[in-house]
Amino acid sequence: MGVKSDMETKNNKDTFPGQVIPGGNGGNIVVGVLDQIINWSRANSLWPLYFGTSCCGIEMMQTGAARHDWARFGMEVARPTPRQADVIVIAGTITNKMAPVLRKLYDQMAEPKYVVAMGACAVSGGPFYYNSYSVVRGADHIIPVDVYVPGCPPRPESLLDAMIKLQEKIKTFHNSKRKNPIEGFDEGK
Amino acid sequence: MTNTELQTLMSSWMDGLEFADEGVQHLTITVGKENLRNLMLKLRDGEGAFDYMFSLTAVDWGKERGMVYHLESTKHRHIIVVHVTTDDEVLDSIHDIYPTAILNEREAFDLMGITFNGHPDLRRLFLQDDWVGHPLRKDYVDEANMIVR
Repeated sequence: MGVKSDMETKNNKDTFPGQVIPGGNGGNIVVGVLDQIINWSRANSLWPLYFGTSCCGIEMMQTGAARHDWARFGMEVARPTPRQADVIVIAGTITNKMAPVLRKLYDQMAEPKYVVAMGACAVSGGPFYYNSYSVVRGADHIIPVDVYVPGCPPRPESLLDAMIKLQEKIKTFHNSKRKNPIEGFDEGK
Repeated sequence: MTNTELQTLMSSWMDGLEFADEGVQHLTITVGKENLRNLMLKLRDGEGAFDYMFSLTAVDWGKERGMVYHLESTKHRHIIVVHVTTDDEVLDSIHDIYPTAILNEREAFDLMGITFNGHPDLRRLFLQDDWVGHPLRKDYVDEANMIVR
């Protein structure tokens, strides 16, 4: 156990952000900044809520399946209920009829909560932007979005990259910047 | 049965049918709306044995609207298409002849605004119950939701 060089720390972003000193009596002493440790544990245990309303949902399933397997990066346990989820992956078209459901699901999630808008439809309405009477032009009209993934549908690698971007965002979070994400959102703030 | 045999058979049932079998995939019959139910009953129970409606479509041709029914016989494996137009957006329901029409006619009512006489449960299917208008009509305008290009 020694002090890590700067280089080593930069290359291993996912390593534990503190030091573990063996106590010698069977117990260990952990030294570190509590905020960093909390962020580290949050970022590496993201429980996603699947919200697959169209073809992007298939790509999302593939991302979770054996070939791409996003459990490698810590987003493992797909939740069928918003009360147990940390991040909602909006994979598909949001129609006007679906919008209140999406908002209700988001409101039921516990803090801290994150949103990934996957695919052209969730980003902007995509192919339904023009001449559509029923489609919401982007999920960010309904709830605040953290990461946008373009593509129609995006490849699993894109979604993986988005989730890693989200982890980076969580890791830079500080309690002094904390605010309710929905606060002022409906007024356009 | 061949198309010609079908045509002869149906001509013997009633007058006022128009047939077309050139330039189209299946034999196409155009029927007046007053004879629609009559024809459908004979198609299902008659010699043709068209026991399966695999498609019901509402069409807006611009100057008039109407329905297109695709019928198939699971016994003889022949297919015909029935066209019917309406000038006042009202047609007779065929839900008691082909029960699959119950949902299909609800959809046609929802999106195209054709009313079906005798339908047991004519409500909107996809859109919200308080929706105004029928969005698949050619002359539909919705300035709040649509970005027209």
